[in-house]
Amino acid sequence: MKTIRIGSGAGYSGDRIEPAVELAEQGDIQYLVFECLAERTIAIAQGAKLKDPAQGYDPLLAERMLAVLRPCHAKGIRIVTNMGAANPAAAAARTREIARSLGLGGLKIAAVSGDDVLETLKSGDHRIEETGEPVSAMAGKLVSANAYLGAAPIVAALKAGADIVITGRVADPALFLAPQIFEFGWSMEDWDRLGKGTVVGHLLECAGQVTGGYFADPGVKDVADLARLGFPIAEVGEDGSAVITKVAGSGGAVTTATCKEQLLYEIHDPAAYLTPDVVADFSQVRFVQEGPDRVRVTGATGRQRPGTLKVSVGYIDSFIGEGQISYAGPGALARGRLALEIVRERLALTGVATTELRFDLIGVDSIHGGALSTAGGQEPYEVRVRVVGRTGSLKEAQRIGNEVETLYTNGPASGGGATKSAKDVVAMLSALLPRELAKPAIEFMEA
Amino acid sequence: MKLRDIAHSRTGDKGDISNISVIAFDEADYPLIEAHVTADRVKELFHEVVHGEVVRYTIPSVGALNFVMRQALGGGVTRSLALDAHGKCLASALLDLEIPATDRPVRAT
Repeated sequence: MKTIRIGSGAGYSGDRIEPAVELAEQGDIQYLVFECLAERTIAIAQGAKLKDPAQGYDPLLAERMLAVLRPCHAKGIRIVTNMGAANPAAAAARTREIARSLGLGGLKIAAVSGDDVLETLKSGDHRIEETGEPVSAMAGKLVSANAYLGAAPIVAALKAGADIVITGRVADPALFLAPQIFEFGWSMEDWDRLGKGTVVGHLLECAGQVTGGYFADPGVKDVADLARLGFPIAEVGEDGSAVITKVAGSGGAVTTATCKEQLLYEIHDPAAYLTPDVVADFSQVRFVQEGPDRVRVTGATGRQRPGTLKVSVGYIDSFIGEGQISYAGPGALARGRLALEIVRERLALTGVATTELRFDLIGVDSIHGGALSTAGGQEPYEVRVRVVGRTGSLKEAQRIGNEVETLYTNGPASGGGATKSAKDVVAMLSALLPRELAKPAIEFMEA
Repeated sequence: MKLRDIAHSRTGDKGDISNISVIAFDEADYPLIEAHVTADRVKELFHEVVHGEVVRYTIPSVGALNFVMRQALGGGVTRSLALDAHGKCLASALLDLEIPATDRPVRAT
């Protein structure tokens, strides 16, 4: 039976680069996939593209390509990535430049676009899922709208001979599903196999999170050599069977426990994981440890894909201002609490206009609130005051941090290490779009 | 005993929805977890944090539960004022639940 090996070279935009090089050089893989787009990334990248039409793609694209292009070219490894963000064509052009600078001629690069549906969404009768509000009512605030495309345009690019496929918004598992569809000639309506291929994509899409990253809990769940954590490889058969593994000698571990945590990561109903390609069913999945760092996954399936695509809508939401300052030693907790009370009163006295405010003591109750944060009766040695609020303007947001900073000379004794920040907030909502309204396009370039 | 003695957990986020898995280290402990870690108990534990409904899914094939909690992330990860905007730390808090050790199945040694 034909099998292929797919490596996962990044789990998010800022991820470590050496594991991808390790995969390219020693992973015996045919595909190297980089998943680099968080929910908000494209909306922010859209801003960069508006300022400079040659920008708007992943800030680490050049560094990653410089690191992996030579070993990938030498071994015939194809690259699939969503590092195109808001500007796949510019990312492809930059990649071509890097390939040429490395003397790697003849590389075929594909840029997949068509996920940008902002104009379509604005002009039609579409509603925001979370609020029920018509999209058109938000027109002045909208920054971006990107549909989650499926595997089809990536498969088409691979069929056309692309060595590197660079996309914008594509469903994360589709980046991994596409090479399987292409290599095994699966039908786009073979729901069972698409479900099996999707579980592989889901397990790999966060890279180190399935090889022992985000898992260690000393004394309870120990993981060896996290500083050299290796990234995962899926060994997939044309019948959809799959083993998750990693490069021998790299750090971390692939166990049934690491796989189970990743299986349920960001999943709602495990029997209905919605993707543009299939409604995947993970509810009968089983894992078997076949050897050290080798876990077999079975039991995934799927059914007919949804008629709509999810669209991620970016909009200008508000401004957030924040200030922090620390207190330590005897009485630190009481001084921290006094500091919070002073700032609360100052914000009211000076009329800072906020729509939401939060007063936290980091080290005491900032993460889960008062009821859960029973500190075992012992006072912390140090606390950090944190005041954060939402405003309608940057200027107003700056006033929050200022009122924390002034605690230096106006607040309790021995406060130190004050910091402040103010920023605008591009937030995300979602909409559903009939799938035929998103029109994927592919542009080819040759190095 | 604590849930942490018999299970592990990971939190995920999507918009204003947080999901927490609870996975038995030993699949023999799954029925115990299923019996004692209910949606109501999770909602009560997180009453200061989670403002919407809590739905529990069971995945016996991997010995796991999945809790889906709405209005759990301060209006959504991308606009939340919380220090842990993603709610990533929630899993660790859940593992502190008390589970009656007397209900644990007797196992062969």
